[in-house]
Amino acid sequence: MALLEVDDLHVSFRTSDGIVQAVRGVSFHVDAGQTLGIVGESGSGKSVSTQTIMGLTRGARISGQAMFEGRDLLTLGQGEMRKIRGAEIGMIFQDPLSSLHPYYKVGWQIVEMIRQHDHDMSKAQAKARAVELLNLVGIPQADRRVDDYPHQFSGGMRQRAMIAMAMSLNPKLLIADEPTTALDVTVQAQVLAVIKTLQEEFGTAVILITHDLGVVADVADNVQVMYAGAVMEKADLRTTFFAHHHPYTEGLLQSLPAYGGERERLRPIHGQPPSLINLPPGCPFAPRCAYVMDRCRTEVPPLATVGTDATHLSACWLPHDMAARNELRLKVVGEPLPAQAEA
Amino acid sequence: MNAETTATVPEPAAGGDVLLRVENLVKYFPVQSSAFFRRDREYVHAVDGVSLEVRQGQTLGLVGETGCGKSTLARCILRLYNITSGRITFDGRDISKLSARQMRPLRREMQMIFQDPYGSLNPRRRVGSIIGDPFAIHKTATGQERKRKVQEVMELVGLNPEHFNRFPAEFSGGQRQRIGVARALAFRPKLIVCDEPVSALDVSIQAQIINLLADLQSELGLTYLFIAHDLSVVRHVSNKVAVMYLGQVTELAPVDDLWAHPRHPYTDALLSAVPVPDPDKAGQRERIILAGDVPSPISPPSGCRFHPRCPKAAPTCVEKDPVLEPRLGDAADHLAACHFPVEDGEDISKSRPTISADERVIESGLLGSA
Ligand SMILES: Nc1ncnc2c1ncn2[C@@H]1O[C@H](COP(=O)(O)OP(=O)(O)OP(=O)(O)O)[C@@H](O)[C@H]1O
Ligand SMILES: Nc1ncnc2c1ncn2[C@@H]1O[C@H](COP(=O)(O)OP(=O)(O)O)[C@@H](O)[C@H]1O
Ligand code: SF4
Ligand code: SF4
Ligand SMILES: [Mg+2]
Ligand SMILES: [Mg+2]
Repeated sequence: MALLEVDDLHVSFRTSDGIVQAVRGVSFHVDAGQTLGIVGESGSGKSVSTQTIMGLTRGARISGQAMFEGRDLLTLGQGEMRKIRGAEIGMIFQDPLSSLHPYYKVGWQIVEMIRQHDHDMSKAQAKARAVELLNLVGIPQADRRVDDYPHQFSGGMRQRAMIAMAMSLNPKLLIADEPTTALDVTVQAQVLAVIKTLQEEFGTAVILITHDLGVVADVADNVQVMYAGAVMEKADLRTTFFAHHHPYTEGLLQSLPAYGGERERLRPIHGQPPSLINLPPGCPFAPRCAYVMDRCRTEVPPLATVGTDATHLSACWLPHDMAARNELRLKVVGEPLPAQAEA
Repeated sequence: MNAETTATVPEPAAGGDVLLRVENLVKYFPVQSSAFFRRDREYVHAVDGVSLEVRQGQTLGLVGETGCGKSTLARCILRLYNITSGRITFDGRDISKLSARQMRPLRREMQMIFQDPYGSLNPRRRVGSIIGDPFAIHKTATGQERKRKVQEVMELVGLNPEHFNRFPAEFSGGQRQRIGVARALAFRPKLIVCDEPVSALDVSIQAQIINLLADLQSELGLTYLFIAHDLSVVRHVSNKVAVMYLGQVTELAPVDDLWAHPRHPYTDALLSAVPVPDPDKAGQRERIILAGDVPSPISPPSGCRFHPRCPKAAPTCVEKDPVLEPRLGDAADHLAACHFPVEDGEDISKSRPTISADERVIESGLLGSA
């Protein structure tokens, strides 16, 4: 059984402009030791879906299920959730300052985190553990820096300190929401290396939310592509890049400057994402899709398997037989899938 | 795009005249120091001796880690800051010491596009009047004439001219960036400094803006100084790229040359750290993971500023400041500031510094052994 199994999650917010349907029927699962990459443009519901699982969306209307080791996280009370957060599910956010308290020493915050969940540990023991963790994530001279305040750390060090904190209780699952988006590529490489090494060491499952397909290619085992609050496509890493089915996945990849080598002009997706208050009927991607058909504008395509691969799902009316799909690609886009290495 | 507006534009030459030349530019910011140290005042060495040039119709990319001085350099070039020393020549004219008033007529020719399409637009003003600002400031067009000109620019950047009376909030992120581009274009400037123009946008929208900037460049013969932290974007748009580290240019080369033969270990590390959106290549590459963080620009390291983090650092690097010049028989336009430049095919992820421990950043734990 999967470590975390989310089923048909819906989240909406009431605002002065109307009801924002931020997450509309999202299902996914993560296994121990695996990394699930969630990608999609901003506002597609990536953060709301994971924050809801952690009990962090206030004032939202929520339905669905999120089974974590036999318990439905969506029905747990605040007290029980607090015990799970940190101890069993660690979180890393885009902005480390939002979870490191500015007035307390970095080390002290890790010590508190540990002692909250492990009452038997002495302060001295917890502090030694904090130094060990900071050391582990590559903070130079950790025994001294443990007494620094967050503002004395650089952005990259804060992000690593937050990883140390998230890992301090050996969680089974780590949710990292754009953990490297605010960082330089060199620091991003450091942070991703730390996450990967920790995962190998402890078999932690990771959900990595990002809009950077390069990061996904680097660390994910499976990928979920989201658009307008729903899952468009879900597949293993190589299928996502080399044998994707959904036109939105195709569009995301084609927009990249690095995609397909040198090219004079980039190929953007035209238009912009829909409002989540007034969603178009039918497929949410229809207004921007190069393949749109009459049916797309009225009927919502279900998330269904592609070809014979039970783990490859796509929510699109195009033929789910990959040969037929690729023929269409040739006709509409004018070129086949990118150079496809042997699977 | 509108054919009329492009009729009189000169053909952008592949290697046109030098439009912008920067020589030995220095910009220091004084820092508030504690009473104890008041006697020797401290400075942030934000830009510390930068020289470069940009040719008419071309794009110079500027990359480097946060805080290395990219935006400061850009603001000095546009003379939004007074410079500490050095010389800036724009279109054959020395502008280094011009007063704000003397700069005013030149402002039309040098424009800037900012990162934040939200923050840089006043939410209470209509788009037409925002884009029309330059005309109002320079009192060149009024009333219907101004409206016509503004609508012309709106069309040029792919905005619907009928949206003249809308407020910024009624536009998406990508459209707001188009507004920023339109405002910069109002006077058909010669030089546009783009400071992270697409960083806040999603990839699909980012590609729209990059194409727009490319179209405008070829139609209007624009020259760009393009700052971005996304190296794949910089590679796509630039003819040449300057790599900055702690206020200095460490390497400067034509874009393909830089990617094919990075000479400075910092460039090598930077390029190796870029995530490639290809799962097959992602696993294969040897990633050079740099130790530690960028040191403080208040008291930069001696000699080569990169030495505390450089895998190839040797005692010479601590003592001597390396000159920015062609290395290892490179062409005259490929410059690197390094005593021990990276050879073709050399793998510096295996290199170990030969300087003493207190002169470098020592990493510990998983990263240190990785
Ligand atoms: N007005 C100022 N007063 C004092 N220091 C400043 C000022 N502006 C910039 N600095 C400092 O100068 C250095 C260079 O800053 P700059 O904004 O040019 O960096 P950047 O390369 O544009 O970084 P980023 O990629 O984050 O935009 C930094 O150390 C910064 O803190
Ligand atoms: N507290 C809230 N109230 C109203 N709308 C919200 C709230 N939080 C998020 N949203 C909206 O939900 C949608 C999805 O947001 P989010 O999950 O943060 O997107 P992302 O995929 O960028 O992480 C967005 O349209 C966002 O504006
Ligand atoms: S269902 Fe239709 S509109 Fe939606 S992605 Fe598929 S082809 Fe495009
Ligand atoms: S001069 Fe020395 S320290 Fe600087 S980059 Fe070259 S090898 Fe490294
Ligand atoms: Mg988010
Ligand atoms: Mg900047």
